[in-house]
Amino acid sequence: MTSLIFARSLTKTYGDFVAVDQINFEVRKGESFGLLGPNGAGKSTIMRMIGATLQRSSGELAVLGKDPEKFGPQIRAHLGVVPQQDNLDSELTVRENLYIYGRYFGLSKKFLTPKIQELLEFAQLEEKRDVKVEALSGGMKRRLTIARALVSEPEILMLDEPTTGLDPQARHILWDRLFRLKEMGVTLLLTTHFMDEAEQLCQRLIVMDKGKIMAEDSPVELIRKYVTKEVLELRFGSDKNSQYVDQLRQKCDRIEQLPDRILLYTNDGETLLTEIVGSGLHPITSLVRRSSLEDVFLRLTGRSLIE
Amino acid sequence: MKLEVAQREVSRFGALYIVEARFKNMFKWRSAIITAAILNPVLYLLSVGVGIGSLVDAKQGVGGVDGVQYLTFLAPALLASAAIQGAIDEVTFPTLQGFKWAKNFFAMNSTPITGNQIALGVYIAALCRTFLTVVVYWFILLIAGALPTGTAWLAMFVAMLAGGAFASIMLFLTSKVEKEDFFLTAIGRLIIMPLFLFSGTFYPLSSMPLILQPIGWISPLWHATELGRYFTYGHSISGLMIGVHFIFLTSLLALGLKLAFRNFTKRLSK
Repeated sequence: MTSLIFARSLTKTYGDFVAVDQINFEVRKGESFGLLGPNGAGKSTIMRMIGATLQRSSGELAVLGKDPEKFGPQIRAHLGVVPQQDNLDSELTVRENLYIYGRYFGLSKKFLTPKIQELLEFAQLEEKRDVKVEALSGGMKRRLTIARALVSEPEILMLDEPTTGLDPQARHILWDRLFRLKEMGVTLLLTTHFMDEAEQLCQRLIVMDKGKIMAEDSPVELIRKYVTKEVLELRFGSDKNSQYVDQLRQKCDRIEQLPDRILLYTNDGETLLTEIVGSGLHPITSLVRRSSLEDVFLRLTGRSLIE
Repeated sequence: MKLEVAQREVSRFGALYIVEARFKNMFKWRSAIITAAILNPVLYLLSVGVGIGSLVDAKQGVGGVDGVQYLTFLAPALLASAAIQGAIDEVTFPTLQGFKWAKNFFAMNSTPITGNQIALGVYIAALCRTFLTVVVYWFILLIAGALPTGTAWLAMFVAMLAGGAFASIMLFLTSKVEKEDFFLTAIGRLIIMPLFLFSGTFYPLSSMPLILQPIGWISPLWHATELGRYFTYGHSISGLMIGVHFIFLTSLLALGLKLAFRNFTKRLSK
């Protein structure tokens, strides 16, 4: 398969601060690729360098086989960009926003008229077509921004934190739309700090922290490689958690103490819980769950994704 | 394939797509734009032109100011200041909107559109709107009898040149703004208002103390007013000064655009 994005030792510095630190990765055609990491990990910086609106400091970068530094407009002609912050024209209507954005790609009115109809249906915004953008809800604006990015039938759809700031229902609607795109074979590149989003949408992802890649694989493989199958979460009350940690440590492979709870990594949560209760410990609450990318991140960096 | 072709078109006509988008925006404000275009000259003519004019003419006798009626003397200055004000408004707000409020310049720049094209598009759209203002103003001046000569129509282009020169500089300055509140107040009170008052607008620049006259010399409004008076009633200036006024205004326009292009591109890729 051909690689649409190719980065080798890609670096971006601002003075002494290294935002992106010599990273390597490749995104192939038809793939949905994710950058997972907390705020400030350098995800948006990478997106802007790929989007040919920010110059790299050093290293190699090829997008659609071209150097973004030399072929900005030519590359951007084939990208669909959904920025972290909506930048729609709030005084224009939904339809007008799609139209003018299509014009920026030099697309004709003849091409755009049916295209806009198709996108309105896709984004479930048909009823809002003649409504000013400022009157839309957050979720609708987000869907419109995605529809807008699709107006030029891009080779790569780039989404920077697509569901940040949305309520759960709006997020699920959005995920459903993105999942459809993925099924249609659109190459997706997305950043997120939500592990469930990464698990649902990404075939392959890199876990980032402080400008560096900590790990790279599919969500399933990352979990298999770095953590156990299940996690047992225990709460003994905020002051008492620490006094039980040493005692619990002997009972499982790995243990993490968070401010409000203790995480015990094991392949069989229920059995472990029975054993703990049997040994005379009585947590206030207990929960057995499947391990997630959140646990992978905690394992790799010792920190939570959302702080 | 279809998009390859489009990309080449964007590199050629990109600025015009921005103009198209700006027109769609302005269209939402059409009644406000048209009302302002008509009301502004009518109010100025009634208050300053007729009100103060009758006072001046009564005191000086007809032809007391530069050999003509006060209203005739004032007309080209009002025309040029209206052009300047209109052009400034139409570059300042979209630019603040684009970089700061809605950040839609960043959306434009995520397409094949470049920073230069955004700057040029905003600028051209502003001048189109200014042209509407100037034409309406000019006809109202004509009806008021303030444009006695056959070359008076050239004052419209002089006014456009003044608006264009001011707008290009403002396009550049606004693209540098981080804290907009202070900026808008400062520009309005510290630059535009003084220039309006000290550019020989209401009386000949020569009747001011010599120490204040340089304000006029650096003001596009003064240069435009001098040229405008030459065309509307034959105000006497030398051929050399006609050249100086034109060169000053066109150089300022070119300089502002050049700086604006550079800063738009720089800010979009920060």
